[in-house]
Amino acid sequence: MSVETSVRVEDKLFYNRYLVDVGHPHIKVRAHTKPTAQLLALLKVCPARCYELNDKGQVEVTVDGCIECGTCRVIGEPSGDIEWSYPRGGYGVLFKFG
Amino acid sequence: MIEEKFDAIVVGAGMSGNAAALAMAKRGMKVLQLERGEYAGSKNVQGAILYADMLEKLIPDFRDDAPLERHLVEQRFWMMDDRSHVGVHYRSEDFNEERPNRYTIIRAQFDKWFSSKVREAGATVLCETTVTELARDAHGKVIGVRTDRRDGEIHADVVVLAEGVNGLLGTRARLRERPKPDRVALAVKEMHFVPRETIEARFNLKGDEGVVVEAAGTISRGMTGMGFIYANRECISLGIGCIVADFQRTGETPYGLLDGFKRHPSVAPLIEGSEVKEYSAHLIPEGGYKAIPQLYGDGWLVVGDAAQLNNAVHREGSNLAMTSGRIAAEAIVQVRSRRQPMTAENLSLYKKMLDESFVIKDLKKHKDMPRLMHTNSQNFFLTYPQLLSRAMQNYVRVDGTPKAEKEKLTLKSFVNARSWTGLFGDAFRLARAWR
Repeated sequence: MSVETSVRVEDKLFYNRYLVDVGHPHIKVRAHTKPTAQLLALLKVCPARCYELNDKGQVEVTVDGCIECGTCRVIGEPSGDIEWSYPRGGYGVLFKFG
Repeated sequence: MIEEKFDAIVVGAGMSGNAAALAMAKRGMKVLQLERGEYAGSKNVQGAILYADMLEKLIPDFRDDAPLERHLVEQRFWMMDDRSHVGVHYRSEDFNEERPNRYTIIRAQFDKWFSSKVREAGATVLCETTVTELARDAHGKVIGVRTDRRDGEIHADVVVLAEGVNGLLGTRARLRERPKPDRVALAVKEMHFVPRETIEARFNLKGDEGVVVEAAGTISRGMTGMGFIYANRECISLGIGCIVADFQRTGETPYGLLDGFKRHPSVAPLIEGSEVKEYSAHLIPEGGYKAIPQLYGDGWLVVGDAAQLNNAVHREGSNLAMTSGRIAAEAIVQVRSRRQPMTAENLSLYKKMLDESFVIKDLKKHKDMPRLMHTNSQNFFLTYPQLLSRAMQNYVRVDGTPKAEKEKLTLKSFVNARSWTGLFGDAFRLARAWR
């Protein structure tokens, strides 16, 4: 799987244009001690790699690079693991091509 | 707060929302369209192919000024294993016609243009406005919306929900369920820029001719999914998507999959030396006919991706979106012209009209396909592509083995992999789902 690890998602996100709504993240992870299977799945399935494990083994989200696909909502919202809204009007990713 | 009341509010400015807003505004209705992006198109992602017929019904002379990329003269289907592809290509001079049938487009640019037509027709388009909630009266009838830009409610006789595959409003208002992981695909896409002449040379094109490549096989690593390569004027849209539940099950990453597709020996030369200018992702409704939710109610209608109207078999979505938006508008106009209220009973006309259109007829035809593809993904996306590739190599490689022996070997490889029962079962199930 050496090919996989060579993909740098942050480099990809660098191509994109964003207007970050500082202090108003549109996705929140429910506080937990041990992550559920759904939360762990988000570490890999999120195309912008917004989800990461912290050093306590909990899943955290940083929405700055989010491309608003909604995949994490489909996986994580039913179990209550995450809360998902659209960013406020005008904020978030701004596709030039789309 | 907007004090005035509108005849209709359209939530979203994608294909279905623009179609609905345009069709209603053209008929003299007072329309408010709300879009959360900076401009119409800034949140919208598609491959993208535009189907002329469905747009002509709204804007007959769209070719005069719409930002079109290339008209398609060729369609390629590739069945891929790790080192090869077996292709079916259809190219015809007939597609070099005065009014071409399909075009590649770049959605952000196209939607901006589409939105300008909506404004010209007289609709009020408010961007940078996220609708947060539907407003309802004491009986539960939808009477308007709340947004994040203003306090209070904006009222209208009817609300058209064109909020996209991931539409939150309808789900929150319990008008429909949230899409399930096994009924939506996650697709990721990159825009690869290369000089125009390079695209034409690599894809065997001249002038504004374009080509589409749709690819399936081991690129999706046993998951239900497809890759695509679309030639635009000066860039190539390249992406791959798989069912979300499959990503969840396998732990594959979307960018890992995209990387594998780009490195495939059949793909890499097409994008060699390109400059990537955008990376995007989007969900695609894949549930087909069986995933279509309730389409109307008291004071509301749902159209496009929000209604899961996507033909996963033919990879068509934007035309279903545009058509459902237009038909919703026509139904509303009819109810209005009879001076009747926008009740569920009266708005059921929308479903009736949609049922009679290609939108529902096509989805109904393939109603069993999504499930078949998903439950047999290992066979259809891994085993068969590999078998087919080996069969083709066996067929074309000349090495002194007598032909009869070669054919026997190929047949044996199929039977060993799937057994006679499996082979006939797969063929039968596929035929039945296609019928």
